[in-house]
Amino acid sequence: MTEKSKGLTRRQLLKSSATTLAVGAAATAKAATVVGVPAWVPFDHNGPMHYDTPGWQFFTAAEASAVEAIVARLIPADDLSVSGKDAGCAVFIDRQLAGEYGTFSRLYMQGPFEKGTPMQGDQSELVPRQRYRLGLAGLEGYCQKQYQKSFSALAPEEQDKVLTGLDKGEIALDGIDAKLFFQQVLGNTMEGFFADPVYGGNRDMVSWKMIGFPGARYDYREYIGLHNQKLNLVPLSISGSSAWTKKG
Amino acid sequence: MAKKLPSTDVVVVGLGWAGSIIANELADEGLKIIGFERGPWRDTAADFNVASAADELRYNRRQDLMLRTRQNTTTIRNSVTETALPMRSWGSFHPGNGTGGAGNHWAGITFRFQPHEFRLHSYLTERYGKELSPELTLQDWGTDWEEMEPFYTKFDRLAGVSGKAGNIKGVIQEGGNTFEGARSEEYPNPPTEQTYAPVLFAEAAKNLGYKPFPVPSALVSRPYVNSLGVAMGPCTYCGFCTNYGCANYSKASAITTVLPVLIRKPNFTAMTNCEVLRVTMDSSGKRATGIVYMDSNGEEWEQPADLVVISAFIFENVRLMLLSGVGQPYDPVTNTGTTGRNYAYQTANSVRMFFDDKNFNPFIGGGAIGMGIDEFNNDNFDHSGLGFVGGGSTRVTPIGAAPIDSRPLPPGAPAWGSEWKKATVKNYASTMSIGCEASSYATRTNYLSLDPTYKDPHGRPLLRITFDFPENDRKMAAYVTGKVGEIAKSMNPRQMVPSAQTGHWNSSPYQSSHIVGGFIMGADPKNSSVNKYLQVWGVPNLFVVGSSAFPQNPGYNPTGTVAALAFKAADAIRTRYLKRPGEMISV
Repeated sequence: MTEKSKGLTRRQLLKSSATTLAVGAAATAKAATVVGVPAWVPFDHNGPMHYDTPGWQFFTAAEASAVEAIVARLIPADDLSVSGKDAGCAVFIDRQLAGEYGTFSRLYMQGPFEKGTPMQGDQSELVPRQRYRLGLAGLEGYCQKQYQKSFSALAPEEQDKVLTGLDKGEIALDGIDAKLFFQQVLGNTMEGFFADPVYGGNRDMVSWKMIGFPGARYDYREYIGLHNQKLNLVPLSISGSSAWTKKG
Repeated sequence: MAKKLPSTDVVVVGLGWAGSIIANELADEGLKIIGFERGPWRDTAADFNVASAADELRYNRRQDLMLRTRQNTTTIRNSVTETALPMRSWGSFHPGNGTGGAGNHWAGITFRFQPHEFRLHSYLTERYGKELSPELTLQDWGTDWEEMEPFYTKFDRLAGVSGKAGNIKGVIQEGGNTFEGARSEEYPNPPTEQTYAPVLFAEAAKNLGYKPFPVPSALVSRPYVNSLGVAMGPCTYCGFCTNYGCANYSKASAITTVLPVLIRKPNFTAMTNCEVLRVTMDSSGKRATGIVYMDSNGEEWEQPADLVVISAFIFENVRLMLLSGVGQPYDPVTNTGTTGRNYAYQTANSVRMFFDDKNFNPFIGGGAIGMGIDEFNNDNFDHSGLGFVGGGSTRVTPIGAAPIDSRPLPPGAPAWGSEWKKATVKNYASTMSIGCEASSYATRTNYLSLDPTYKDPHGRPLLRITFDFPENDRKMAAYVTGKVGEIAKSMNPRQMVPSAQTGHWNSSPYQSSHIVGGFIMGADPKNSSVNKYLQVWGVPNLFVVGSSAFPQNPGYNPTGTVAALAFKAADAIRTRYLKRPGEMISV
């Protein structure tokens, strides 16, 4: 699922994602007749996840450095945690975009597309891959025009100013609604920071340690009666805990 | 052209709560039954494995258990003057998919509707007369509490509902919900344990003179063998509950209570990943002859049957009836037709409280763990002079706090940057919320119909929802949220943030999957679609079962009543219809 063709026009993008959708649909579940007890295959529906391969699967190098710079400002390094970049948020977003989420292949994306009322939700025809590709290109264009630099080369204060402008809709980007792009990136960044580390973000369960969320635990019967006290539970990931794999 | 298969006794469309219950009951009559399910077969060990079930990204954010909107969604608008647009990802509500349906990812709160609910229009007219707003199209259900109670009890025993009765055979019970109808027996299991937030709320409510009770829970409080002999494990309060499948066999769903028994019966077959396209009718229009479905290779098959039971989620129940030409489509302009009328929802309100000195350990909990009061629900308080009817179930239910979505911040806090992070850390464990899940009353202009523009992958029109909160419900929401605010204030939070549903229905934020109506039950075929046995008026071998039968929605979660109606329909088929097939009620 690598798609590094940076020079695609919006029309080509729409066309290529439509093809992906059709292929995705053909590969969905098979009809089955179930009589008696169905056979059970361990992890049949829950294949082990691998997100630790190096490199970028969706982003170009330039896009990746822009996204890394953005997530490092949305979640800056401070006394409470490492930055969103060091927590793996950009890797998380890259892997999500490379997967089925990137094309919204599960969602209803038939037209006609209309803006609708504020009560009718997200009606954009752009799927996440397009939102990032167009948004990052627009951001590059804006920063070059305004600062003669890429976003990643700006000083942190300048980066914050640009991000605030996108957030408030004060900056317009070519090719995409700036607020839609910002909300998409902010939402995915928070997903990456707080999701289970198996998806590539939240490295070393940094966000869970920060807020005191014990992670993928499934039994609190011993703790439910301990009211109004800090439990200091070591967080666990779906893939376990470093304590489990320590040698000696 | 669909290829015709050999006929069977019964087809059941949808293997969630309603379909699984009915199929199992009818299988005990020796009938040959085929159950159709548009999604996959789901199984706790394989699908909700404890090693990977606690995954917020997959289940909560990416909605892995829910129906893919690509396969089927609804279009939405607030009024007839707007153009409906498709709900492209689920927001306001979460329809399920696969065996177990939405009953896999539900919260597990299992209320019974109160006795007056089943004759709501008559009851409120008697009590308030002309005060009742002409805006509302409230109706009686055509049944009553005495007829419903045995089936609620059957469901309690099936699901192992855990709670404390407030009224057993008319005798009020200390510690239970004293506003409930007289039940024939205590809950099968005692209440679950409680976290700090509901206990704190219950103390505050008690100090103000209210009577708190444990929220009735289909997450079982102890090891339980249900009425069909299926074993369930005790809830472990893992907090991956609402929107997740349960890895512990603790949350009752069709897959943990019925299907393990049903699938072993030789006269039952499940057809999964098979989408039913329509009900076939004979030329008279008075008899269903079976269904047509499409398998995942895109091949169409006709499955003839003597008896057809439609028990999908509300939206698909109503859409299948519209697509199959069963009943006359409702028209809000002429106020004629029944298919699609009296669509209603649930009015969700809350008061959030931020504290400095408390630690709620919010990650511990479950969808139905909590304490509630009922003083402001339905008609439990005098509405004279208030200008509205209805009310809500007030409660604190810590459902878990996986942090992608559960990061409460006070209004005005930044959404990113260092200050955002500080506020997130400060408030994560010290915030709680009191919810008020309130009634939603039907009006002439809220209804379901086929969309003129948007189609599903088979080229069939999507279902169109035209809905906004009625003035009555907005007034009610403001009132009950004010009452909840008084309790919140007595708990001395640093800050409290009330949120009353006083504006338009917004399709984006999750509110609840408590959607009702559109193919309602009643005593008169002029204003209802099914009789009190869930049998379609004028088509006696067709039954449509689900929350689609509710004429309006009280301030309670619907699942217990959906299941009770399923048992009621199955009982009527077993004890009446099979002996004398035909209309069980003639008018």
